[in-house]
Amino acid sequence: MVLAFKNETFRDDFTFSNSPAAIRRFPFPFVEDKYMYSVNIEPHELGPKGSVYEFPIDIDEHYVSEMRDRALVLDADPGRCQALPHMITAQWDMLELLMTSMARDYPEHFSLTRDGNQWHWINRPLGIDHKFTFGDVATLPYQPMEYIGRQCQGDFSIQDQRDGQLWMDAGIITTQADWSLDFDVGMNFFEWHAPVPLAHQAGVFDRALKFLLNMQHGRPVRRLNWTMTINSRLDTSPENYHKWGIDRTTVTPENVGDKVHLRVELQALWRLPRSNAILFSIRCYMIKMRELATVPKWGRRLPRVLRTLPDEIADYKGLTRYRQTTIDWLSKYDDGAPTSLGGGPD
Amino acid sequence: MSTIKSRPIYPGLSPDPNARRNVVVCDAAGAEAVVELLARADGEFAGRTSVVLSSEGLFGKESESIVERLKPATVETTAGLVPAIDRLKEILASATMGLRLYAAGSEPLIGSVVQAGAENFIDPLSVRTEHRGSLKRRVQCVHCKGMTENVTTNPVKCAQCGLLLLVRDHYSKRLAAFQGVCINAETPDESPELKVEFQ
Repeated sequence: MVLAFKNETFRDDFTFSNSPAAIRRFPFPFVEDKYMYSVNIEPHELGPKGSVYEFPIDIDEHYVSEMRDRALVLDADPGRCQALPHMITAQWDMLELLMTSMARDYPEHFSLTRDGNQWHWINRPLGIDHKFTFGDVATLPYQPMEYIGRQCQGDFSIQDQRDGQLWMDAGIITTQADWSLDFDVGMNFFEWHAPVPLAHQAGVFDRALKFLLNMQHGRPVRRLNWTMTINSRLDTSPENYHKWGIDRTTVTPENVGDKVHLRVELQALWRLPRSNAILFSIRCYMIKMRELATVPKWGRRLPRVLRTLPDEIADYKGLTRYRQTTIDWLSKYDDGAPTSLGGGPD
Repeated sequence: MSTIKSRPIYPGLSPDPNARRNVVVCDAAGAEAVVELLARADGEFAGRTSVVLSSEGLFGKESESIVERLKPATVETTAGLVPAIDRLKEILASATMGLRLYAAGSEPLIGSVVQAGAENFIDPLSVRTEHRGSLKRRVQCVHCKGMTENVTTNPVKCAQCGLLLLVRDHYSKRLAAFQGVCINAETPDESPELKVEFQ
């Protein structure tokens, strides 16, 4: 499949938009008309052709522009990419997983030739043609995680496993929904999730950790998470919150359709073969309310979900200021008809 | 004290009878916990114990009286938290196996000791800790990454960039600091009053 990459921005003039095909494949996260935290983990198996689950690593029409935005973020704040020294083996594991997946599933765009440790990687959309020695950092322009992370959509963190815990000891995080890698690096699973409301008491993290510690190589898993973003800004980091927070005050009944975005994270996890670490990808998809409402089921369901969302969760996700305006705008798409179970369009 | 999951628990000092050497870092309030520790341990424990005292806010006489009460442990008095941690790092640099680390006092002091220990491969959970005295916090500004020390109010003005920071109840052991996030990013015209919260 040859992708047509869009030339668009995620800052300043915000020219990002989805093609009709991209809207159709959007991973709408609400399987019913309400939402509550759950350990909604399922096997990361290959899905239907054209869906975001078709391949383990999903590359789409926003690829080139997203990589350009990531480079801007890293230039301004190198702390968005950090790895503790003991994570170097896991970094190579990650590079291998991503390169082999991308080259296998998108041969028109990427190719990988391997002769022992001598690797030849070609990334056509980004104009990269590079021969390097697998395992030798000196043959790459960056450390392995940053090298491949600058060429793959989605944020990545790598979790070391020891003492019956997962430790976030490396990551390249430029499109985060309001959490700081620089603050959280080195924390364990409970610590970095500490600010999440309600879920600790519900035992969600105990169960999720138990599950993840037992993950096996070759059996990746995934879940969806979501929030909302004003303007198509990928870099909604706390580092820059003092610059973008004000956007939340700019929503009016007239501009909801273009300004308010549902932001969905396809989170996938892989056990890595050499390091026994766990790779966590946070692949971000955004959709404007105007785009979302073109799918009747989603236009009906989203206002119902937002209306019944517990206030703590709305606060944590930062929706409070524009939640009602968005519900009001969406309500004209909700004719009260019942919706079918599952997230996909009818 | 809040019990957020990222914040360590300080269970209180207890003597490790098997340690060949005990190194304790404390401030004036924490010194009381060290006096109690020594009283609980056997007679030989104090002989294997050296204390680094951060004497910030103490007059000479008060320091002397604390040193007296901690005897027969060896006590080194330093002018404040920063020199106390510098001294600890010197001790750890030449330390041998069998050393047990303790920290007693304010949370920034405990955090700095645990941090210095971690830099020398001492498991944070193995450091015996007791919180005493002020609830003041060290806060890292998530925006400029500057540290603000001895924070008692919420919000607090960042000592480096001047933004008004909400002190979030989220703690990093690596940084030994709480997270500060701009409180009025969505309401720049408002300037919430600084309330004393961590005394």
